[in-house]
Amino acid sequence: MKGKKKTIALAVYFILLFLPIYWMLNMSLRTNADILSTLTLYPADPTWKNYIKIFTDSDWYSGFINSIIYVTINTMISLTVALPAAYAFSRYTFIGDKHIFFWLLSNRMAPAAVFLLPFFQLYSTIGLIDTYIAVALAHCLFNVPLAVWILEGFMSGIPREIDETAFIDGYSLPRFFVTIFIPLIRAGVGVTAFFCFMFSWVELLFARTLTVTSAKPIGAVMTRTISATGLDWGLMAAAGVLTIVPGALVIWFVRDYMAKGFALGRV
Amino acid sequence: MACIELNEIAHAYVRNPAGESDYAIKRIHNVWDDGGAYALLGPSGCGKTTLLNIISGLVTPSRGRVLYDGRDVTAMPPEKRNIAQVFQFPVLYDTMTVFDNLAFPLRNRGIEKNEVIKRVHEVAEILDLTPFLKKKAAGLAADAKQKISLGRGLVRSDVAAILFDEPLTVIDPHLKWHLRRKLKEIHEQLKLTLIYVTHDQMEALTFAEKVVVMYEGEIVQIGTPQDLVENPEHTFVGYFIGSPGMNLLSCTLNGNVAHIDGARILLDQKTTELGGKARGKLELGIRPKYLELSSEPGKNGVPADIKAVEDLGSYKIVTLTLAGKTLQAKLPEGKPVPGGTAWLVFPPQWIRLFADGRLVK
Amino acid sequence: MEKWENNKAWFLVVPVLAFVAFSALIPLMTVVNYSVQDILAPGESVFVGTEWFKKVLHDYRLHDALWRQFLFSGLVLLIEMPLGILIALAMPKKGWGVSFSLVTLALPLLIPWNTIGSIWIIFTRPDIGLFGAAINSLGLAFDHTRRPLDAWITLMLMEVWHWTPLVALLAYAGLRAIPEMYYQAAKIDGASAWSTFRYIQLPKMRGVLTIALLLRFMDSFLIYAEPFVLTGGGPGDATTFLSIYLVKIATGQFDLGMASAFSLIYFLIVLLLCFVFYQVLQNVGKGARI
Repeated sequence: MKGKKKTIALAVYFILLFLPIYWMLNMSLRTNADILSTLTLYPADPTWKNYIKIFTDSDWYSGFINSIIYVTINTMISLTVALPAAYAFSRYTFIGDKHIFFWLLSNRMAPAAVFLLPFFQLYSTIGLIDTYIAVALAHCLFNVPLAVWILEGFMSGIPREIDETAFIDGYSLPRFFVTIFIPLIRAGVGVTAFFCFMFSWVELLFARTLTVTSAKPIGAVMTRTISATGLDWGLMAAAGVLTIVPGALVIWFVRDYMAKGFALGRV
Repeated sequence: MACIELNEIAHAYVRNPAGESDYAIKRIHNVWDDGGAYALLGPSGCGKTTLLNIISGLVTPSRGRVLYDGRDVTAMPPEKRNIAQVFQFPVLYDTMTVFDNLAFPLRNRGIEKNEVIKRVHEVAEILDLTPFLKKKAAGLAADAKQKISLGRGLVRSDVAAILFDEPLTVIDPHLKWHLRRKLKEIHEQLKLTLIYVTHDQMEALTFAEKVVVMYEGEIVQIGTPQDLVENPEHTFVGYFIGSPGMNLLSCTLNGNVAHIDGARILLDQKTTELGGKARGKLELGIRPKYLELSSEPGKNGVPADIKAVEDLGSYKIVTLTLAGKTLQAKLPEGKPVPGGTAWLVFPPQWIRLFADGRLVK
Repeated sequence: MEKWENNKAWFLVVPVLAFVAFSALIPLMTVVNYSVQDILAPGESVFVGTEWFKKVLHDYRLHDALWRQFLFSGLVLLIEMPLGILIALAMPKKGWGVSFSLVTLALPLLIPWNTIGSIWIIFTRPDIGLFGAAINSLGLAFDHTRRPLDAWITLMLMEVWHWTPLVALLAYAGLRAIPEMYYQAAKIDGASAWSTFRYIQLPKMRGVLTIALLLRFMDSFLIYAEPFVLTGGGPGDATTFLSIYLVKIATGQFDLGMASAFSLIYFLIVLLLCFVFYQVLQNVGKGARI
């Protein structure tokens, strides 16, 4: 009885979660005139016109690719530098460790708006404006501290005796780290990668400011398309739907991995 | 306090068990006497924890009934069964003090406040926890934590039995002994039914009045520690109990002689008669400590090659091969060990015969 | 388990420090530099000391934005934390439902932030939105573009819709880490569902809930993209939160000195609050351990 009530409540919540997304999908399949004249729960006369309009614009295609590239670069950088640091924080005490840890975390708290202009100037000076690496580096500001934080949690869950045993067996630290330790926390690495991907993918303030044309992210292309054509609700909805697709694909592919990572219980 | 009866119990974790192998518990039918101290002994995966959980009500068996003093409790949840259970790792309510931890089961049952205070202090006294009552439970050492887990069972005056699921796993060796003695004291003082699951035979043999040996989902023998050593009813009990375990050699019978490949071993009259009635695959079993070794052929000696001698201080373990089979003998300190070939003597009164794994009797 | 003392561990931390120094320290120095100067023309500036800071501290619109921000973050935490925990408690523990729930919860988190704004414009407008139209048809006037209260309600709904899943995911991970033994012991002790939650689940979730609380506090305090798209800070100044006001000053009025001084104060506030949260939660944890 009780279990049933729970399931029903959860189902209602999930429906509420889907509703706004569904509504946008509904809009995206209708023309602007149709949207403004009637309010219907489903498109009576579905049309692909909005999507066709978007796909005939080559900016969209490159926008997708650009976003994927800088998100991937950022995730790789974040993991590469965060892994050794998280190991240090989880295993050793050293001078200033607590201060450094909090200072790292504090960068996650910096208002993005604060860094907007300085970033622009910094990257202009070193000639990185409008490159993937600029956005990827800028996103390190919040993703690296987050990655260190999450990984440290996972690593603390692994008993230190494992390290000791490996060192006694003659493993060097780098070899132990790569061949034994990382496989042990792979669920944690997966979860961290997911979070890095997520925060880099959804962030647009930096991404938009630091790019002009050749590295422009999908979200920026979307805003531009809308403002260029005036307020066309159908087009805006279609653009919105398209920006959701890559994220949805990623979740779909990592769903089993997520379930496993969560079963391990450390995030 | 209660006597617990298990009536034709079987349990499978899968919903539609296809065959024998799907059952964690195959068939269990026995009675646990009121006030007894039992050890449930068996290797990992033999179903002993499942059986314990069936008794406590955490698991409802697929078949059969559980009776407490004749009352059917099969469908009853654990909190209605007046049972306490101590788990492998100490389970504590981290945010509470030791006092609150101990009082928790009483408060949940709506016991009156003064009574709660009285009971908690009594139990704390028994378990030497009085000085810690005001401390947070989470900060204590593993043995104190495990005592609190036990205490939560003891505070309830109505408790019928206390079940232990390998409770000393995380305790330091020198404290294990102390806690085990504490348990015995409590048993003598309160006359509670105790059921203690373990895979450690030392623990089982020292703790229990009766040891219940489980193997692959079945109880293979219930007996006093002495029974298990001298009269194992199953080859599994033979080699699982004792260190080293019983020597088991497959054999064929010919009158009062057992043939082990080439070797001939004489049996006494009683064993010969039993052997004549036995069906199935026969095995001859003997405990290492009853084997005799000599450097002379003697009357009934069988030649065997000595492979290794381990000196363990108060006794020696000799490994030999006899007709291609390996066996071990346990010799008291000071007894000379012949070199190379020795003659083994099998004292007839200690020879046991097993047919298809079961003792012939 | 004591950690090993070893100052060589610094070498492992150096790469992170290098990266963060590059993407945080250098820009921060720039901000500090701006905050004490008045830029008259490109390449021409005067040192003005703490003048910008004084101006910022006396700006009543900033005070309003700050209180608005506190109210918003406070309400968000009050709604999202309990709701997220409730969802996590209701989620299935095995079977296909686990993957399904996780995927569903993760979906809103992977939508770009300005798209979130768009979704909610489309969903809540009184003329074309399902939600707006539904409320209006009940006879209640609802228009988030004109009525401040409605704008707040819409923003709160959006924020709760968007971020509660994060809390739920983290809480779920925490719940799954509790060994079955604890539930069994609680059952035997006769604990009610509430006691089980209060004395087992909640204490065991402390770690992940700390992470959830801090993340949610930071991100809601720094919120920018969604209200910018949805309300643009309006109607009037009703939804002008700190970030939105900051960008208004920096790009709208092009007051770089003031914007920089504002940035630093803003940063300090977040830092201070997070530090307080962090300390408090750490101590709550220690209390349980000692």
